[in-house]
Order: sequence, then structure tokens, then C-alpha cells
Amino acid sequence: MSDMMDDMEEGGEGVVKKFMFVNRKAPHGTIYALEGLEVALISAAFDQDVSMVFVDDGVYELIKGVNTKGIEVKDFSKTYRALEGYDIEKLYVEKASMDARGLTQDDLIVDVIALDSAEMANLMAEQDVVISY
Amino acid sequence: MPMVEVAGKSFEVDEEGYLTNLNDWNQDIAEYLAKEEKVEMTENHWDVVNFLREYYDEYQIAPAVRVLTKAVAKKLGPEKGNNKYLYELFPYGPAKQACKIAGLPKPTGCI
Repeated sequence: MSDMMDDMEEGGEGVVKKFMFVNRKAPHGTIYALEGLEVALISAAFDQDVSMVFVDDGVYELIKGVNTKGIEVKDFSKTYRALEGYDIEKLYVEKASMDARGLTQDDLIVDVIALDSAEMANLMAEQDVVISY
Repeated sequence: MPMVEVAGKSFEVDEEGYLTNLNDWNQDIAEYLAKEEKVEMTENHWDVVNFLREYYDEYQIAPAVRVLTKAVAKKLGPEKGNNKYLYELFPYGPAKQACKIAGLPKPTGCI
């Protein structure tokens, strides 16, 4: 209850909650990555405190130089670069997921912060809402 | 899907009149869509429409109004990047109406 009151004061006109969207899946083949991205964009339009996390195959969502012509679906990887304009600036990847796939920050289309799993766990514990895809 | 005919060619639109295929877009179609929206296109309207097409090309989405306003301010100056100016040009909502004229899908997070 007291948490709720704090949120009200902080937000001024509404409740601002810490939302974290956890992206775990490769960008194509399922609808999760694209839908997750759209939900994050919509939540930012409601002035929420949004962060996005990319773990497991989810790190592939941020990869540079994607060409989806062969599978005839939309390449939405460029849309991650629009997140900044929506004030979604907290983007995290998990180090182990990057290492396991031989990826470095240079392979990614946006700037991210790399966290180890303990740091990731702490960050998740701070959130009001964690939604995982 | 409904079809419309502009300058002797037919184009597919969705049930709300948005152009189905982004690549079909040209100036004639923009003029037609503007007429449907009862918007008379001036140079200022074109600036916003062209800006939206560039934004879409770069990010693959149509921006929400708040984001559009901010981005227009950055590109075309603060006297154009504000709600009053954009709503004067596109009275039924700059994101919704200008996106339609620009041949883009409805903006994500359009509420």
C-alpha cells in the first residue's frame, strides 16, 4: 500500500511502475519477439518505466545485418533503434547468452548493457512487473 | 480488401482506408488519401508526410504522436514540433491522419 502511494506521488498524474520485458526467443519463427516489442512500445506511450532484457536466443533479436527476404516476413530489427525515441533506454543483454552464441556488442544494432546472471537477478528483483516472452 | 482507383491504377486499402502495400504509394495516392481525409495538402503537410516516410524507412514503424512531435521538433524545428501545429495540419490526429496519407500502417500504440 505504501509503495503504491509513493508511486502516485512520483508519477504526478498516474502510477509509474517499473516494467521489465524479458525477451528469450529468436526474432522469427514465432510471434513473441515482435509482439513483445510492440507491447514495450505501447507501455512507453503510457509513460511507464520500461526496461528490456535479452537472454538466451532473445539476443538474436538485436543482431545487425538481418535479411528476412528469404522467409518473407517483415524485418523489424530496425525498430529496436526507435526505442530511444520512446524513452526506452534501458536495454540489457545477459553475458552468458552472448558468449554462448559468439556475439559481442559490435554485432548488435543498439547499445546495450551486458550483465552477468547475478546482476540480472538483482535487476529483476527491483521490478514491479516482469513479463517474459 | 477494398480497391481504390487513382490516376488509372487500382490500389488495395484496408477497411479503414489505409494503403495495404507501402510500396504502392506515390504523390497521386497521397493526394487521393488526403482528399478522403478532407485535408488540403500544403508544403507544410508534405513536410510532415515526407518526414513520416523517412521515419518509417529508418525504423519500420509509424511513430506514436508523442514520438512524432519530438522527432519533428528535432528535424523541422520547435515551431513545427508541437501538438498545436501538427493538429492544425491534421485535425483528426497527426499520427493517424498523416500516416494514412503517407501510406503507412496505423501507428503502434495509437490510442
